Amino acid sequence: MLDAKVPAGHISEKWSNAKFETKLVAPQNRRKFEIIVVGTGLAGSSAAATLGEMGYNVKVFCFQDSPRRAHSIAAQGGINAAKNYKNDGDSVFRLFYDTIKGGDYRAREANVYRLAEISVQIIDQCVAQGVPFAREYGGLLDNRSFGGAQVARTFYARGQTGQQLLLGAYQALSRQIEAGTVRMYPRTEMLDLVVENGRAVGIITRDLVTGEIQRHAGHAVVLATGGYGNVFYLSTNAKGSNVTAAWRAHKKGAYFANPCFTQIHPTCIPVSGDYQSKLTLMSESLRNDGRIWVPKNPNDTRPPNQIPEEERDYYLERMYPSFANLVPRDVASRAAKRMVDAGYGVGPLKNGVYLDFKTAIERLGRSVIEQRYGNLFDMYENIAGENPYEVPMRIYPAVHYTMGGLWVDYNLMSNLPGLFVLGEANFSDHGANRLGASALMQGLADGYFILPTTIAGDLAPQLNTPVPSTDSPAFREAEEAVREQINRLLSIRGSRSVDSFHRELGKVMWDYCGMARNAEGLKHARQRVAELREEFWRDVKVLGEGESLNQSLEKAGRVADFFELAELMCQDALHREESCGGHFREEYQTPDGEAQRDDEHFAYVAAWEYCGTGKDAKLHKEELVFEYVHPTQRSYK
Amino acid sequence: MSTLNLTLKVWRQAGPNEPGRFEVYEAKDINEDMSFLEMLDVVNERLIAENREPIAFDHDCREGICGSCGMVINGVPHGPKKLTTTCQLHMRNFKDGDTIVVEPWRATAFPVIKDLVVDRSAFDKIIQAGGYITAPTGAARDANSILIPKQVADQAFDAAACIGCGACVAACPNGAAQLFTAAKIAHLNLLPQGQPERWSRTVAMVDTMEEYFGSCTNYAECEAVCPKGISIEFIAKMNRDYLKAKFKDRRAVVKVDMTEAAG
Amino acid sequence: MLSGTRARGVQPLRQRRMRPRVWILDFYGSAVGKKAVMAVTGIVLLGFVLVHMLGNLHLYEGAEKMNWYGEYLREIGEPAIPRTGLLWFVRSVLIVAFALHIHAAYSLTVMNRQSRRTKYQGGRDYLAANYAARTMRWSGVIVGLFLIYHLMDLTWGVGGAEFTKGEPYQNVVASLSRWPVAGVYIVANLLLGMHIYHGAWSLFQSLGWSHPRFNHWRRWFAVAFAAVIVIGNVSFPIAVLTGIVE
Repeated sequence: MLDAKVPAGHISEKWSNAKFETKLVAPQNRRKFEIIVVGTGLAGSSAAATLGEMGYNVKVFCFQDSPRRAHSIAAQGGINAAKNYKNDGDSVFRLFYDTIKGGDYRAREANVYRLAEISVQIIDQCVAQGVPFAREYGGLLDNRSFGGAQVARTFYARGQTGQQLLLGAYQALSRQIEAGTVRMYPRTEMLDLVVENGRAVGIITRDLVTGEIQRHAGHAVVLATGGYGNVFYLSTNAKGSNVTAAWRAHKKGAYFANPCFTQIHPTCIPVSGDYQSKLTLMSESLRNDGRIWVPKNPNDTRPPNQIPEEERDYYLERMYPSFANLVPRDVASRAAKRMVDAGYGVGPLKNGVYLDFKTAIERLGRSVIEQRYGNLFDMYENIAGENPYEVPMRIYPAVHYTMGGLWVDYNLMSNLPGLFVLGEANFSDHGANRLGASALMQGLADGYFILPTTIAGDLAPQLNTPVPSTDSPAFREAEEAVREQINRLLSIRGSRSVDSFHRELGKVMWDYCGMARNAEGLKHARQRVAELREEFWRDVKVLGEGESLNQSLEKAGRVADFFELAELMCQDALHREESCGGHFREEYQTPDGEAQRDDEHFAYVAAWEYCGTGKDAKLHKEELVFEYVHPTQRSYK
Repeated sequence: MSTLNLTLKVWRQAGPNEPGRFEVYEAKDINEDMSFLEMLDVVNERLIAENREPIAFDHDCREGICGSCGMVINGVPHGPKKLTTTCQLHMRNFKDGDTIVVEPWRATAFPVIKDLVVDRSAFDKIIQAGGYITAPTGAARDANSILIPKQVADQAFDAAACIGCGACVAACPNGAAQLFTAAKIAHLNLLPQGQPERWSRTVAMVDTMEEYFGSCTNYAECEAVCPKGISIEFIAKMNRDYLKAKFKDRRAVVKVDMTEAAG
Repeated sequence: MLSGTRARGVQPLRQRRMRPRVWILDFYGSAVGKKAVMAVTGIVLLGFVLVHMLGNLHLYEGAEKMNWYGEYLREIGEPAIPRTGLLWFVRSVLIVAFALHIHAAYSLTVMNRQSRRTKYQGGRDYLAANYAARTMRWSGVIVGLFLIYHLMDLTWGVGGAEFTKGEPYQNVVASLSRWPVAGVYIVANLLLGMHIYHGAWSLFQSLGWSHPRFNHWRRWFAVAFAAVIVIGNVSFPIAVLTGIVE
């Protein structure tokens, strides 16, 4: 049993109690601490900026050429906050409740409540930084509604909310870099975690421009390295998004929790060919005004605008009348899959469903729709070559977010002391399914408000202990291992490119560990992945050298880790004999095809301990106790 | 669905101090629904099959928002389609039989790292000089206590939409970064929250910009290639704020310490 | 990396400027400041070419009026101001304006060359920058050289034509009757028009005079200004060559 170190008291007092009980580091002592932050998305940038402001010495690493490029930048729709500016009955408790329910009762109550509490402060903080949120004519902030909620609590900046929030955090970070409290290492990739006497003491990095391998030591290591959706090759993640930092930490002893909880986003542009390198998301906010449908006749070949109303099946409105087109993501995705699998798919490859704005354009006028979604419509037209003002969009679900991640306790510390994990890289707040506009909230809550408070509890007892030496055997061995892997990858000179392996891995995972899973398929996938992994290490072709920019080498290291992760995902998905949120096991469904949870046997977090490549990981459980929200079968009808 | 046969002339350069040259590749059977980068992926896979090193290019989100990608395609940064990043440029914008010349951004402040990859860290330096509002975490007041007229918020957003890709610099015959700098200055200077630091920010950012980049001769090439359509009116605004800051002596306290160079 | 031993990072091209105590020097030390100076001196020079052109229209009123006008310029303000006093004042303002305009242009050109050392090896396309904008340096240099010739020709009288001080009408006719010289005048004024076409628009940007309400007038202003100057100035050699003025 894992101890999540949840503070005592009523749920609404836990965070206050924790803040009071956590030990402090006095301002004049903070500069004695060295903190390593990996990743510069919302969580990493905001954490580094805040720690820098507080007076800690911070080193920040990102693999991109600038911290501003982290993939948080691509988030479109918005960020939730329980401000209740719309007076529609929202509250901290309701946001908490919606998030727990949306996560299909697989998230930790105390964390989620804290997230809802802090959501309010995040908006204040971002506005103070100059984030240009959408406003009403009176000058007040505007809100819109999002999937899984019946209130309008989503703050947004056109369709580029993530960009504006990240730039806010990046600017705060830049201020600290100028002030000298933060040292920035762009184009630098973390390749291993260094653990000494059970404690995380530093990292090994590779300078992606020069190939130089470096050792960095700190009193604490903070990973904010995002999710692992790219294990599926095709996802809405950036091409560079990877699991390497988290996976190497896992291999050094950090538990990986709920890896099979992956989110499939319902509104993406369907695949158009086998050259496809990534999938593009169309913000969930589109479901506010768009209506999803398929033709009632699966063999209908007429263009969508010629299909009369009575021959259309607005299946979400039919199946889920109270939430209709705004059901949570997992529900919407599965419904689309059911339609396409049953032969109702539309488009040349019959692999999509329509998202239609005709009604909304008639009701609100084209200019309002243009104002709300203009950039998304342009993007769609650019990619699909069709004008969504005139022809309905075609959409299909795609991998988007991973709820699983490194296990952390209430203080966001992993089971390895000194190792903290933030944002999408941890598992903590979204259970088995994340609600729209909650990822930005979590990233910023973790980075601006939670970590800077909780990390002090871990640092305070270390006051006046020097930064760990990078000459220790632990550092030396870790560096050796990194060098060895690089040399190995470069010396195989086999016959297949890294991308060809990655594509094949992704296909296996999508087919057997994607939107719907079953025991047989998972067993098959696991075996297939293991075979592919072995083939990879025998036959991969990485050209070039390690001493300069070598993008194939970077990819190879990441794909190697994806293979190992994929095996763990299959193991986790196989062991979780229930359906919940994004994890849908075909064997466990209600008669009408909804996810059937098994609270009696699976109301726990599955945290896996690494036991060697190709070996079964060891399961540790954290029991989930629901004191404030009682699990029911989720219903959006 | 039709396919294209293209001839690519791609700039290959092994490292910052190595000489570069164009290499010619035949790109056959290119699907017109591919993005430009997917086309390069295909070319790279073929190069790897021939044991030749793939073309290095920066890219990440591939949905036109991270600002990583960017190359000069047939003499135009981000290629022939307006308001489009390289990753969002689809091959249907080219014709069968076309020869496409691909080159990295050229500016002294953006040295080539390898092939089509350049170092844009000078942009970060400009932001570090003052491209922020000093708002330490936790000190904020209620978000709705600051009223911002919709028009102002919208205009600030138009400026804030900059993705920092560097096409403006690449397009400018002077290698100037006016559009990038002006966009950030306008974003912050327009908002009420940005007023306290307005004058010092403008001076600090402009002065840092001028350490790395050229000056503006109002060609408006930057605006023409900007994938986010940022207007050169923001440059006028920046000039005005800079002049005001200098003329009115608004106690523009400017940091004079030499910033440590990157590293 | 530009040079040296550092493996990573971009070094500034220029040292951070030492800030002179005199604010005008500090201001002029920045490129944005220099551009503002170019714009202001540009306005002065625009005013000059306009007045110069308008004054020369006296040519069409015959020798007497034209020569009176020449004399009048020397006498303005007498006796409150000494003879040619105002003329010299205006001349000195113009000389300073020219000097600053040229110095700023020169140093910005140096700066811009440094900032773009490598050209596009595969060539480049211009999308927005018109021919006038791209050739400002050349049109500027040529107009400057022409100005010197023009002064030699019609102010100092060393241009090779018959010259009598105080008789501008006869001097103009004598000089412009030579068709190669008239050609030079025409070409130079066309280049001046091009220079103005970009400059008279550009100055609004450089000074930050931008407002959605009048921005679309800026281009019209520049076109109209350039056209008026070119039409007026080019008419003189043509009038002389065609015998309208003789």
